[in-house]
Amino acid sequence: MIDFEMPTPVSRQVQFIGMLGEQVMRPRARYYDDHEGERPAEYTSLIWQTVRAQGGRNFSADSSERLDRDGRPRPRIGYLMLAHMVEALSWGDAGMYLATPGAGLGGAAVDATGTPEQKERFLKRFGEGDPKWSAMAMTEPHAGSDTAAIRTRARLSDDGREWILDGEKIFVTSGAMAARDSAGFVVVWATLDPGAGRAAIKPFVVEAGTDGMLVTKLEHKHGIRASDTAAIVFQNCRIPRENLLGSEEIGDGRGSTGKGFAGAMRTFDATRPLVAASAIGIARASLEFTIAYLQQRGVAIRYDVPLHRQTAIERDLRQMEAQHRAAWLLVLRAVTAMDAGRDNALEASMSKVKAGQVATFIAQKAVELLGPEGYSCTLLLEKWMRDARINDIYEGTGQINRLIVARRLLGYSSRELR
Amino acid sequence: MISFTPSDEQQLVIDTVRRFASEQLRPLAHDADELRSTPPEVLTRGWELGLFHSAIPEAHGGIADAQAALTGALAIEELAAGDAVLGWHVLLPATFAVPLAHAGSAAQRERWLAPLLEGDYTPLSAALIEPAWDFDPTAPRTVAIADGEEYVLDGLKGYVARAADAAALLVYARLADSLAAFVVPRDSAGVTVLAREQHMGLRALPTYQVRFEGVRLPADARLPGAVAPLLDRSRVALAASAVGVARGAYEYARAYALQREAFGRPIAQNQSIAFMLAEMAIEIDATRLLAWEAAWRLDRGLPATREAALAAQYADEMVLTVTDRAVQILGGHGYIREYPVERWLREARGFPTFLGLAIV
Repeated sequence: MIDFEMPTPVSRQVQFIGMLGEQVMRPRARYYDDHEGERPAEYTSLIWQTVRAQGGRNFSADSSERLDRDGRPRPRIGYLMLAHMVEALSWGDAGMYLATPGAGLGGAAVDATGTPEQKERFLKRFGEGDPKWSAMAMTEPHAGSDTAAIRTRARLSDDGREWILDGEKIFVTSGAMAARDSAGFVVVWATLDPGAGRAAIKPFVVEAGTDGMLVTKLEHKHGIRASDTAAIVFQNCRIPRENLLGSEEIGDGRGSTGKGFAGAMRTFDATRPLVAASAIGIARASLEFTIAYLQQRGVAIRYDVPLHRQTAIERDLRQMEAQHRAAWLLVLRAVTAMDAGRDNALEASMSKVKAGQVATFIAQKAVELLGPEGYSCTLLLEKWMRDARINDIYEGTGQINRLIVARRLLGYSSRELR
Repeated sequence: MISFTPSDEQQLVIDTVRRFASEQLRPLAHDADELRSTPPEVLTRGWELGLFHSAIPEAHGGIADAQAALTGALAIEELAAGDAVLGWHVLLPATFAVPLAHAGSAAQRERWLAPLLEGDYTPLSAALIEPAWDFDPTAPRTVAIADGEEYVLDGLKGYVARAADAAALLVYARLADSLAAFVVPRDSAGVTVLAREQHMGLRALPTYQVRFEGVRLPADARLPGAVAPLLDRSRVALAASAVGVARGAYEYARAYALQREAFGRPIAQNQSIAFMLAEMAIEIDATRLLAWEAAWRLDRGLPATREAALAAQYADEMVLTVTDRAVQILGGHGYIREYPVERWLREARGFPTFLGLAIV
């Protein structure tokens, strides 16, 4: 049955995170935007208590089965919950949300491709001690969306006991915190044979502080500055042979268990709606602020008037509101499909395309509507506009996601529609 | 618990109406537009689908369930994917009767609803829109003035479907400072049906301007319930219709792009075409979800004016963009009336003016 009723635990969680956003994130948002590279410690220390208590699995869906009072399995809401959490945290501050300690993206790769032994060895740390981060290193200076073109090499040492990594990774989210500033790790994607394409690309876990792994640069970004974005160079970087996640064999790239490169790519089906949710959080922040700001100054916002009687501001706001709601519903559709265990690649990419675009549209429009106030750093609107812009770029640009949507709709392979 | 999956019953409605729309409406649509008429058989067959009955609550003799507005939106999308104008023509009696079900008196329902539910297709319709650029549905220029036990109605309406042969019209008018609706038998003194209108689209459905001059109505002609929420029901119906039109155009353009070759390969293999199609599909889905949410609120009895207004305005723009792109994808063929896409573009442009022509 078609239904728009939110489960109570979800609404409760959103309310709780909203308070966190208001009391801990918003008051410090401007400071960390001005002090790029500083860890937003008030937020990270606080959220670490929660993350650690949950075994470090920040932003991974709860897939455990729960029974209702009559002993029937309750519908899963893991991804629905997650999307709401990400949305609400990003409403508070998207940069801080990205700097959340825990297993994160690197942990997701370990989860998707590692053996049980590896999961135990690498993920246990996130349930104890001080805040830790993990990171995922895929992009290289010459290879972004075209991940199959990466050049970072992995070769076995002469005694066969170690992998030796050489290459350069860029745009590593939380790279400095994972590789240098905490007892975390970086999942590095490298090729065993540059001539063998995707099939030879494997994930390797490199522990923080490993010799030969060097954070060479922290990017200065347009927005999301509370989150570090690092360049990491690997030079004769030796790691134990057991740190390759999954199989060493160069198969067809799919692997019998679906855990190879293609398997990891499939984790994007899960993460794309979450990026979209983050975008929506920023959009909602901008929209709510703009409406409240205008209403406090006596600007009426009416919904029952025809086009010709709407003011220009009303017309803009209606468009912003409808765009926001439409994009958010697409996100909810993608995550409920995920929770139901259905293939959601199409819905995931659709939501990412839409939300990436809508967040930027809304935030830019909000700055416009408030004129010099909107443009001023005394408010957060201009920051939200900068924060929003990344969402149409990372985790698959809008164009890559349009390609994915179009291939699905047209029944084309990646060869037929490039 | 949030879900985007129609119930089994709703899926049955979707499947049934989709078959009717593709087998009965679509093949007739071209000629109906050119000849400016709807073959009566299609109205009879459409009536037999029972969609009208699904819109009327059980308490009033219909078979509506707790999600009547949502089911209505699903059905209207399917009809419109075949042909919106023919679909609205099929459902035209609902624009007269659904307001009676929700805001009418027992006597009004007794008089008008019961015969409709038991009988054949009967042309009854509503008069809401007025022929003015600045028409405001919440404050029409048509006015009703209380005069003793009676009301006196004055004004000019347009887009009144089947006014020439409808037995009665539901006329929306301003009464004091609020919106009211009146059941007006067409043969009442002072009612003049003027010339049939000509529009860019909306051609298969005959519409007329109708003048009301000192029309005296008994007190019980007025619907006692709240009338403004009926506009929300129409906005949802139009948003769902827009989704249907856009979907028809998208599917047609998609099939064309996959088969039409240029420079030795299907044009769909060009990103410029493929991306347009991807964006069309995303916008269609997005609009559908907005319409569903507004319909869901109507069914729950929650305030829905904001959601319905946002969905309708979004849908108005979406259907124009999508049909326009469909024309572009077909290139020169898109501009030729032998193909349906230019007709869809003509229909699409009219959506901001269609309020009242359909209802859930």
